[in-house]
Amino acid sequence: MEYKMELTPEQLAILNGEKGETMAKVLKTLVLYGEAFGATKMVPVTGEMGHLVTSFGLGVMKPVYELMDKLIADGCVSKQKFSVDPKPLDKNVPSDPIKNLVFKKFMYSAQESYDKQLADLGLLNSDAYTCTCYMDEVGNKPKKGDVLSWAESSAVVYANSVLGARCNRNSGIIELFGSICGFVPYFGLLTDEGRKATWVVELKVTKKPEAQVLGSAIGMKVMEEVPYVKGLTDWIGTELNGDATAYLKDFGAATASNGAVGLYHIAGLTPEAVEQGESLIADGVKTYVIDDAELERVKASYPVIWKNKDATPKLCFVGCPHLSYAQLTEWTNNVSDALKQNGRTKVSVPTVFTAAPGVVKKFREDKELSAKLDATGVVLSYICPLMYMNNPLAEKMPVITCSNKLRTYTSARYYTSAEILDIITKGVK
Amino acid sequence: MKTFKGRPVVAGTAEATALVSHGGFNTLASFQHSLMFGDKAAKCGDQNNPDLYQKPMAGVALCLPQTIGSTTGGMVLYCAKAMGRSPSCLLFSEHIDSLAAAGAVLAAVWSDDGGMPTVDCLGDEFLAAVKTGDRIKVYEDGTVEVG
Repeated sequence: MEYKMELTPEQLAILNGEKGETMAKVLKTLVLYGEAFGATKMVPVTGEMGHLVTSFGLGVMKPVYELMDKLIADGCVSKQKFSVDPKPLDKNVPSDPIKNLVFKKFMYSAQESYDKQLADLGLLNSDAYTCTCYMDEVGNKPKKGDVLSWAESSAVVYANSVLGARCNRNSGIIELFGSICGFVPYFGLLTDEGRKATWVVELKVTKKPEAQVLGSAIGMKVMEEVPYVKGLTDWIGTELNGDATAYLKDFGAATASNGAVGLYHIAGLTPEAVEQGESLIADGVKTYVIDDAELERVKASYPVIWKNKDATPKLCFVGCPHLSYAQLTEWTNNVSDALKQNGRTKVSVPTVFTAAPGVVKKFREDKELSAKLDATGVVLSYICPLMYMNNPLAEKMPVITCSNKLRTYTSARYYTSAEILDIITKGVK
Repeated sequence: MKTFKGRPVVAGTAEATALVSHGGFNTLASFQHSLMFGDKAAKCGDQNNPDLYQKPMAGVALCLPQTIGSTTGGMVLYCAKAMGRSPSCLLFSEHIDSLAAAGAVLAAVWSDDGGMPTVDCLGDEFLAAVKTGDRIKVYEDGTVEVG
């Protein structure tokens, strides 16, 4: 077969079967994938670790597990350790016997065997299940300029935008193939040209925009293009501290799930915008002006697909993507304080906060804070809310969330963080 | 009959009925219900896509600008193909995105039957002209006939 891409003798030998038929197919996939974007060569993966998007052992996804089995059997495992998205199950999350049966016996019946496959392929450790692998408590935090072979839309957009690493919006399986080969096709967000902004977003708001709504508005508008956002530092500052990075995590996840954004620049804040300023903006750029009314319009456009739109919420998820330690602490204090103000001791809606296992561990080490959260009745979990929600039983439940990603992929109803705090700390009708 | 010329990403021939999405096609949101619960017709589960919501996607000529959403997208398309619930071909008005390209290539390299013919760069005029229900014919060289 003729390839358009310039390949090294070693790569050609692999394609010709020198390392076996399976490895040849792995590389052929990467070559054809790169050629769809005009990639001229492969470049080495320089990031220390990978990140995979597929963490769930859904019994019906046999084609994926059969492919994994083939990779393992033929010695095609990752050259680097990797983290992976959160697990879909946690016994601490409110459930019932029927749901437990559906989850374990039918839906996620392949979870144990898939966890074993991940370990065989190169999983970092048994705590490496989170969508926020870049948290200090997890340890998979790339450096600026690192070339990555990652998937998980919220992690990719964070690594590109906030950390200045370079990674395309790879799909599940493709990201693993890059980690197996140790190189990835050079195109898109790996190139200087591909990192230029093709949209300028001008913020003209009178109050700090909700990260999840602002990201949603931008994602829906620019789709997979690169936005350069002006005016956000008026609200979140010019330092990439804990508050700003947490905001950008949630903002980015919404741009990536409501659209397909893989990289954004925040004027005066994110590393490339600070270094290069408006020279990052491409010629012929389009402009999107966002004011208070536009954010209201976007929020009001979210469909509510509950059968009974006035139903009393039965469950609330906070933490998609997983909460940072600082966010978890803030939510704990806010819920505790609001309950006191409202003359209550426990949340009125069963509520689950989700965070990476490492963040949960650190939080639990602070006995005072841990006890404060437990006293509110909120459950702390490492689960993936999205995976929890993807079944007919959960789908019929009136679930509320302040995650735009969870809203997009499930029947969960979106409220802002302030609205969620209000709902769960007051009596529900 | 109208004819459009695009770029074959995965070359092949197909004949099917058009299903048209004018907005970005969210692969995970569209297919997850079908893959999990045995819906062989693959009715679209994406509540945010008024063009496709609840319409069957298996065996159609899916006409779309690009795909959006979760990076499970390519893997989901590959699974849909391997499980016999995928569209028969993918026709993009714009340049294909990385997730759809992954799905198309994975299906081509790892499926036994050669995958889904996939054509991109068909232009905005293609998406303006094609209507859900139109007959579609796809040729190896990326030519697409509508009607």
